[in-house]
Amino acid sequence: MNNLIATTAIKARQLTDEEIHEIEHEKTHYPYTQAVGLEALKIVQKYQGWVSDESLLAVSEYLNISPDELEGVATFFNMIFRRPVGKNVILLCDSVACWMLGCDSLKAHFTKTLGIDYGETTEDDLFTLIPVPCLGDCDKAPVMMIGRETYRNLTTDKIDEIIAEYRSKN
Amino acid sequence: MVKITIDGKVLEVDESKNLLEEVLSHGEDLPYFCWHPSMGSVGSCRQCAVIEYANDEDERGRLNMACMTSPREGARYSIEKASQFRAQAIESIMINHPHDCPVCEEGGECHLQDMTVMSGHNYRRYDGKKKTHNNQYLGPFIGHEMNRCITCYRCVRFYKDYAGGTDFGPQASHDNTYFGRWQEGPLESEFSGNLAEVCPTGVFTDKPFSKHYVRKWDLQTAPSVCAGCSVGCNTNPGERYGTLRRVVNRFNDEVNGYFLCDRGRFGTGYVNSDNRIKESMTRKSHDADPYLASTEEAKAQLQAMAGSAIGIGSPRASMEANYSLKELVGSDNFYAGISALELGMSKQILDIYGSRPVNVANVVDIEASDAILILGEDLTNTAARLALALRQSVRNLGKQMARDMKFPEWQDAAIRQLTMDRKSPLFILSPHSTRLDDIAAHVQIGSAADSANIGFAIAHEIDSSAPAVKGLGKDEQALVKTIAAALKEAKQPLIISGTGSMSPALIDAAANIATALNTEDKKANIALITPESNTLGLALLMGDSTASLDDAMAGESKSAIVLENDLYRRAATAHVSAFLNGIDQLAVLDSLKTKTGEQANLVLAAGTSFETSGTFVNYETRAQHFYSVFKPEASIRPSTFWLSDLTLAEITQACAQSIVGGEGMSHLTPDAEDLVDMKGMKVPRQQHRYSGRTAMRADINVHEPKQEQDEEGIMSYSMEGISALKDATVFNTAWAGGWNSNQSVFKFQSHTGGALKQASNGQCLIQSTAKDKTWSEISETNDVASDFQAFPLYHLFGSEELTAHADAIQEKATGAYIALNEADAEKLGLQASDGVTVINDGNNSGSVPFIIRSSIAPGSVGISVGLAGLDLYNVAGSTLSLEKDNTWTAPTNWKMNNIIVSDKGAV
Ligand code: SF4
Ligand code: SF4
Ligand code: FES
Ligand code: FES
Repeated sequence: MNNLIATTAIKARQLTDEEIHEIEHEKTHYPYTQAVGLEALKIVQKYQGWVSDESLLAVSEYLNISPDELEGVATFFNMIFRRPVGKNVILLCDSVACWMLGCDSLKAHFTKTLGIDYGETTEDDLFTLIPVPCLGDCDKAPVMMIGRETYRNLTTDKIDEIIAEYRSKN
Repeated sequence: MVKITIDGKVLEVDESKNLLEEVLSHGEDLPYFCWHPSMGSVGSCRQCAVIEYANDEDERGRLNMACMTSPREGARYSIEKASQFRAQAIESIMINHPHDCPVCEEGGECHLQDMTVMSGHNYRRYDGKKKTHNNQYLGPFIGHEMNRCITCYRCVRFYKDYAGGTDFGPQASHDNTYFGRWQEGPLESEFSGNLAEVCPTGVFTDKPFSKHYVRKWDLQTAPSVCAGCSVGCNTNPGERYGTLRRVVNRFNDEVNGYFLCDRGRFGTGYVNSDNRIKESMTRKSHDADPYLASTEEAKAQLQAMAGSAIGIGSPRASMEANYSLKELVGSDNFYAGISALELGMSKQILDIYGSRPVNVANVVDIEASDAILILGEDLTNTAARLALALRQSVRNLGKQMARDMKFPEWQDAAIRQLTMDRKSPLFILSPHSTRLDDIAAHVQIGSAADSANIGFAIAHEIDSSAPAVKGLGKDEQALVKTIAAALKEAKQPLIISGTGSMSPALIDAAANIATALNTEDKKANIALITPESNTLGLALLMGDSTASLDDAMAGESKSAIVLENDLYRRAATAHVSAFLNGIDQLAVLDSLKTKTGEQANLVLAAGTSFETSGTFVNYETRAQHFYSVFKPEASIRPSTFWLSDLTLAEITQACAQSIVGGEGMSHLTPDAEDLVDMKGMKVPRQQHRYSGRTAMRADINVHEPKQEQDEEGIMSYSMEGISALKDATVFNTAWAGGWNSNQSVFKFQSHTGGALKQASNGQCLIQSTAKDKTWSEISETNDVASDFQAFPLYHLFGSEELTAHADAIQEKATGAYIALNEADAEKLGLQASDGVTVINDGNNSGSVPFIIRSSIAPGSVGISVGLAGLDLYNVAGSTLSLEKDNTWTAPTNWKMNNIIVSDKGAV
């Protein structure tokens, strides 16, 4: 299959050697390149923090998957970011158990201390706040994740500590 | 067949079909959204729920989706008992749906409205905020109103799965699910218009129609035939207040099924255009001032020309109009109005159809073919509907795999999963990449002469009594073997070619292959595409005569009548001008102003195919009758009126008798027997809910005028007449009680998705009974020694004369250009914004823009056909060289982004 002459003005960016290397590795796992679309988006996100239009096109051209097909995949999965996010993405659970144990007030606390609502990023680009459904730790609700770390039995004080810790790290 | 019981009724049904289509076939009402007769089942909308009982004792049963159920012998089902579930399903679907049917364009022909009423859901308990979306600009054809989406996925299943589009899809999930492009912009698929019919709600709408919208029931409609190409898709155009409003598909299982291409659907703006000839004009000489001629005066002047004038016919005029001209001027003075080459190829095709042991493939045959070879025809641009059919042909391998595993063919998603990208083989021989390459097993780039050679060799490989080819290269020999083996192995092989490459040899090669494939129990399918809506009809009318436009122009005549034909589109400019200058008395009958018409002494305002009735003969020699949709202003008359005093029916019969195989043409409209059945009633063009009849002209006069009369036809310009669901024998707009949308067509089918119960499917005039194999000899091709070999490049949007006048088509079209590969462009020193001067036989043919297409072979140059700026006829067959034009600037009609091709290399 060849590429269509694209009617879009956006141009693909060049994938980095690391990205290409990892995508090539993923390709060995699947009989069809279409199946690598999601993994490739994850790889790009790992290196770039998010998937820009230019990145999406780059993957599209590299794997010969139409941008529309990839966009469908990218937008289906909440954790593929099609807009820039902060260095640390806070995933605050807002499902039933966490809701019963006060996630709403935690959210309010975040908004007050960081000045951001759901889907927003702090001005210093350190934090983005996103709601997620049940993180599977209901018995320790309320729960949130930052990066690969899960934080349980949250209180506003605990949140302040965690935020301070992340600030000092960066 | 198995027996089942539904709500106590015993029905005999086909177990290879799903329960939903079987129930519908028996005339029962069962709601559905996601299932489509051409696209099968996915079971996603949960609307077709029924209760299935395990045995006679079972009282409770279990819920099943009828579209996902194979009927079981002796099984008991209930539609009735699942009604509450269906109403709930609708209620949840409707949570985000707006409550504004009165301002929605789908209103009145909305499948969602119909199903909601049918399900019994009438009060929505949800009173929260509805989810809303942004709409996208999708180009000049399709409007977007995402809030109306009920996430049935039909659009995606049509656009991507069925039509192979790549620039559209579903995005996000749950409440946010969105159907559109990843970035705003014109939809690239040539079949995008079908979205408006496939979507059960008002998300996708016909944009040109939106600009002068009226409700379905207010449209005056008639069964018509698309004049856009030689396929002859059946259409149902609608008119209101004297203007043509839109075209929708009219089901004909053998020609177009449920779908049309975008040229046919959106290319009708010319009917309402300012470019129309609305009154007849006359003048004493070429340079005198013209004055208006009354109908009587114009007709008398035209008739007076008989005897001295030659007649030049047209492949876009009806059989009847061409026949009338032939009668008026006499057979000896009648010329086909197409080049000798084109007439020759058309007659060659008729000869092949009649004398070879082959089956001329209709759309059903094409979709059933499991190995296909295309020789030099850019189907997507010359006979688009068939390209769509080919996308279904290559799925036959998957269907076979499904059959082997004993699961039913309607399991659409499952079969696609099972098949992945395995396909029945499609081979394409072409000078450039085409829009079908993505489904092809192999694309062989080469000139028409090269392709013909490979074709002849394939025929010889299959049957050694076919003439052999010498001098093929090693790779070509291997390819010949591969293709021959695939075709031979196939249950139903199909060979496609046509006049597109302007190469008789290629058509001969196709005929030889199809002939070679003939065995005692199997005929191969063949489809040979011609350029226009009635090209083959015109060739039939010519009988033994070979009088072409070239002959007409070489003659001495001082007087000529030109029927619906712009000669400048058919021969070199200088040649046509010289001919017309030598004519003292030139009469032109046409609907649109043309360069030819400008030079006439007498211009007669002719009706378009929407305002007249008649017969077209398509690429299969299928004669189809089209009925006029509305009466134009009184000064515009059918060409048959100007040319003859007979009634249309009389002309049709006389014409049928005058041509070989014409018998079939005389039974296309209801005959005397049918008329008795209809109790003397006519078939109405207006629906019984047609509104405002007494008021629609009240701004002019409060007296309601008498309804327009259709003196000749069996249809009436009124609401009164025989109900369409009774035996009306012509199939106009589909409508049935409770089914206001186009889905109601199943009520007119003998079996859901199958042939119509009433109405003619048309008649193929030539059907071969030949048993013996005969062969075309391999002709010496003498290519002109030239820097570049030219080949034609067709555009669905812009290459056809009439549709190119529609605004919507213009927005998707571009001006003339040439196409080269990178190496040639570099050799000529061409940069992105340069123009190229085309020099033929030493003459400067003007400068045009160019594009780079990587698929084109070095030394070949593609030349656009029919686009303004460069005339293919001016350069064809001459020595050709190209030069960079340093002083060139892009013309305003140059819109490179409108060129949608499948090879890389835009400049
Ligand atoms: S846009 Fe129309 S066809 Fe597509 S999913 Fe929504 S309702 Fe169905
Ligand atoms: S394929 Fe040809 S006949 Fe059919 S709608 Fe398109 S232009 Fe008309
Ligand atoms: S509800 Fe929050 S972790 Fe389960
Ligand atoms: S039509 Fe059966 S589930 Fe949609």
